[in-house]
Amino acid sequence: MSYLELSGVRKSFGPAGARTEVLSGIDLGVERGEFVAIVGYSGSGKSTLINLIGGLLSPDAGRISLEGKPVSGPGHDRAVVFQNYSLLPWLTVRDNIALAVDQVFPGWTRQRREDHVQHHIDLVRLTEASRKRPHELSGGMRQRVALARALSMTPRVLLLDEPLGALDALTRAALQHEIERLWSEERQTVVLITNDVDEGLLLADRIIPLSRGPGAVLGPPVPVDLARPRDRKALNHDARFKAARAEIFRYLLGSGRKEPAREPAEVR
Amino acid sequence: MNSSRSPIGDRLFFFGASGKGSGRMSDAAALSRPRTGAGWSRTWFLPLIGVGGLLALWALTSALFSPNLPSPLKTWEVSKPYLLNPFEKRGELDQGILRFTGYSLWLVAKGYGLALLIGIPIGLLLGLSPLFRSSFDPIIQILRPVSPLAWLPLGLVLFGKSAPAALFTIAICAMWPTVLNTALGVRSVPQDYLNVAKVLKLSRGKTLFKVLLPAALPYMFTGFRLSLGIAWLVIVAVEMLTGAPGVGGFLWQEYNSLIYEHIILCILTIGVVGYILDRAMYWVEVRLRAESAS
Repeated sequence: MSYLELSGVRKSFGPAGARTEVLSGIDLGVERGEFVAIVGYSGSGKSTLINLIGGLLSPDAGRISLEGKPVSGPGHDRAVVFQNYSLLPWLTVRDNIALAVDQVFPGWTRQRREDHVQHHIDLVRLTEASRKRPHELSGGMRQRVALARALSMTPRVLLLDEPLGALDALTRAALQHEIERLWSEERQTVVLITNDVDEGLLLADRIIPLSRGPGAVLGPPVPVDLARPRDRKALNHDARFKAARAEIFRYLLGSGRKEPAREPAEVR
Repeated sequence: MNSSRSPIGDRLFFFGASGKGSGRMSDAAALSRPRTGAGWSRTWFLPLIGVGGLLALWALTSALFSPNLPSPLKTWEVSKPYLLNPFEKRGELDQGILRFTGYSLWLVAKGYGLALLIGIPIGLLLGLSPLFRSSFDPIIQILRPVSPLAWLPLGLVLFGKSAPAALFTIAICAMWPTVLNTALGVRSVPQDYLNVAKVLKLSRGKTLFKVLLPAALPYMFTGFRLSLGIAWLVIVAVEMLTGAPGVGGFLWQEYNSLIYEHIILCILTIGVVGYILDRAMYWVEVRLRAESAS
């Protein structure tokens, strides 16, 4: 059994009689310390999948378990970074992170909690901005705060829901680099949801395509055997990179017209 | 969200809009000369014409049609001692205008405080509990438009004395905008913030105080401002009916004493104080909105 495991997970939305099945039978296994990227079209149910793992939604059928324990509802073992930052605008950078730390580690001394908050502010290089409010920060900085807040919870799994989707290309590249740096320091288990295949290839150990919805399923996983740290410029000429990229695109472009490819994701 | 449900709300909104317009004018004035005249006339000259026109109409009316209406000059002369020594107390019923204003403001503060104390929890329940909303929304819609003149006798029946009846009347009339805007505010809290609360597993109390209330505060403040406007509107009626000392009480007493000049003095005082209260609340509200805009 994998560290994080989903088997036969289904989810539908809508009123009775007019329900649309968004996810039809998701099987996924993520190992401890693994970085998995799930790529797919907008509206194919990617966010639904992350919300299911995060416990914000519960599946209609199937099981989700972390370390063998079933997931029911949100928990501090799974931290989510949302696409739209979801920072509380009336709190400073420090207070946004402290809200999480105080909630997750109520037993710690005040000093220890403050140090923990400071450590994560420094980690995402926002030391200078720690007293600022979200609206005084750029999009990239806000997302770094959201990242720091999630990491400060020291979750078992970090769930990234298109965290860089709202950013411009340059900021996006900078933050991809940042995420890779953080990941190689902490070896956190990460599930990244993205619509950018290259982003997945740059960051993940394994990429899994999600077919076009409704009734989306996961396609065959594509391992990314590229040495880290990965250099964006060199990558474009790497044969393995190109092959993996082509494979993902072939699946995504071919999937979901009428008959989604039915191969279940390999459970390792 | 700014939907002002009371006639004053609409009027105040108009003031706000016109103020902004003149501000824009004076910005443009720095750029070109001909505009300078337009900006100056918008801010000072046209309002002065308005005031002058009204004074002329008033003077004409008192001179030609209604001999009982004191002329502007006479009003000024008779009101002078009340305006120039605004805090003087010559007797229980003969005090400076700001002293009377102070009494009224104190009563409004108590009634308004009570309105917020009752209105905020009702608004929260209305916004958060669909069950409560279904049960009480119809009755709220029916009680909301009831005039203060109708509530006061009920207050007298309930409490037997005029002081608590006055408070009751102010509170029950003023609380509706706070109730409705608080409900709207908590219902409009973005799902993102609620997701944060869920992912962090904040308790119900923490979610309320750390997420819902801060997020709803700008809406709530719109309610607070409209409520204060109503409280100030109600105070005059309440003082006239109960005879409590204050601007409204003074107004009624001077009507009965046939000193009509003071009626006009009171009306102007009520208007100016109401305007200042609204601007002050609006100032806080704008700052709150700027603060919470992300």
